[in-house]
Amino acid sequence: MNRIRRISDLLVNIWMRAGLYLLLAIPVLIGVGLYWKAAPIIGGHSLSDLLFSRQWFPMKGEFGFMPFIYSSAYVTVLAFILSAPLCLFAAIYLTQFGKHRLLQVMLPVIDILAGIPSVVYGVWGVLVIVPAVAEYLAPLFGVVSSGYSLLSGGIVLAVMCIPYMLNMLIEVFQTIPVGMKEASLSLGATHWEMVKHVIIRKGFPGILSAFGLGIAKAFGETIAVLMVVGNTLDISVSPFSSGYPLPALIANNYGEMMSIPDYDSALMFAALLLFVIILIINLFFRYFIHKTEEI
Amino acid sequence: MRTWKVWEQRLVRGISFLAAYSVIFILLFLLFVVFSKGLKALSWETIFRLPKGGYYFGGEGGILNAIVGSFYLSVGATVLAVIIGVPAALFINVQLIRLKRTQNTIRYLLDALWGIPSIVYGAFGFTLMLLLGLHASLLAGIITVALLITPILVRAFDEVLKTIPVELQEASFSLGSTKTETALRVIFKQGLAGFITALLLAFGRGIGDAASVLFTAGYTDNIPVTLDEPVATLPLSIFFQLSSPIEEVRERAYAAAVVLTFFILLISVSARFLSKRYAKNIIK
Repeated sequence: MNRIRRISDLLVNIWMRAGLYLLLAIPVLIGVGLYWKAAPIIGGHSLSDLLFSRQWFPMKGEFGFMPFIYSSAYVTVLAFILSAPLCLFAAIYLTQFGKHRLLQVMLPVIDILAGIPSVVYGVWGVLVIVPAVAEYLAPLFGVVSSGYSLLSGGIVLAVMCIPYMLNMLIEVFQTIPVGMKEASLSLGATHWEMVKHVIIRKGFPGILSAFGLGIAKAFGETIAVLMVVGNTLDISVSPFSSGYPLPALIANNYGEMMSIPDYDSALMFAALLLFVIILIINLFFRYFIHKTEEI
Repeated sequence: MRTWKVWEQRLVRGISFLAAYSVIFILLFLLFVVFSKGLKALSWETIFRLPKGGYYFGGEGGILNAIVGSFYLSVGATVLAVIIGVPAALFINVQLIRLKRTQNTIRYLLDALWGIPSIVYGAFGFTLMLLLGLHASLLAGIITVALLITPILVRAFDEVLKTIPVELQEASFSLGSTKTETALRVIFKQGLAGFITALLLAFGRGIGDAASVLFTAGYTDNIPVTLDEPVATLPLSIFFQLSSPIEEVRERAYAAAVVLTFFILLISVSARFLSKRYAKNIIK
């Protein structure tokens, strides 16, 4: 009896340990695996050439990722501009001004929004945002646009970011001690002054982190953006022209990956790039959040 | 001076009120558009038929292949995620309970893993597939999706486990049980509600994800019988049909989007319901 218990204890222990180590090894494995596949292209071209060149001719062996990086950054910045203020104010209302009941209603709503698959956001984008951009927004600025544009990508991404950002902002605001708020109010500050001087100042690292993680989420989003952004290769300043973000590049070309030399390795380089950028952003801002939570 | 303070407060309150309600409005609007457009095209035939010849050119048939395929893929991936994830989460909360720093570091790394986009998992799954000598198949898809959802499952389960008081473990140890027995019989039971929520959350993510299975699952009009056959998924079926130039095929993409959204809503709601129901077994 005792022996069986000891052996089962040992076996389950090994299993638990193996599970945890495997889990912690995933990012390392991803990094190594992608680097291994991307090695030919990193070896054959200089890194600055890959990152900053605008020449993208896979048939001729020229791989310049600049147009894709530019589009990704453009769409992400647009999404950020649209969603960040909305989320900040919504979180302020929900945690400071609104009734507690509203927050109770809101949390499941956020959950559902976060759970809706990317492709459904894409369908919504194609049905609503693309025509809206083509028929209303573009003519407003005197531009002709098919609607499949950087702006559409930004709007869809902004909506997709809302649940993540809002959820994190609410959590940040809830960690601020009630005593601090009361002290500020008792000194005669209005509710808004309290929010401005206590909540926002005290929660500033958390707010920054929520924004940062939202940006990372937007930067890596694939299918929804792919569906509305148009996917043409060019670097254009106007939000009404179409773009071609990094994730879309990877997703769109998986079929041809094997037929052109070095193409698969270029796409894996794109994945590696995405992985490294997002991992760095995540590690940086998560560190902030963990620091504030520990206090 | 005073009036300006009051006006500023009113203004900000108004703006933030609008912001909060617009979030709810956006959700309702999104669901309304997807459902109103898709329900028209949805029929029993769509749900219960496989694609027939010429389906993607407006021929007869339905999306049963994608519905069943998505289900197979997510169930497989969730099982794999549970096998890796549950012991890992228990390990963090039983064996490492005295090592707060290690616990925090692990949680920090898992949180960072959570943000990695699914297309990166897809690309990695593809290299893994080549390395293991697999081709695009149900198995390769399951492995890739499992990699994607395991961190989600572990982190969600861990959130619940970490609220369980240490005293409960101490009581269990003092009665002479081993760490394994404590982990499986005491801690796991306490965390059951959280486990179910985490399970459904991971399952929902598995069903909805498209980018990770793009390279690894392949696509087929049939329902796979063995693990090494390619498999169709709902998100990809929506994606492919929506890019069709034929109006009728695009309509079916909307119908498929309704089916997918319905599943996700169902999973969300049942996760909430079940976690409440099982929560009454928990010792506070």
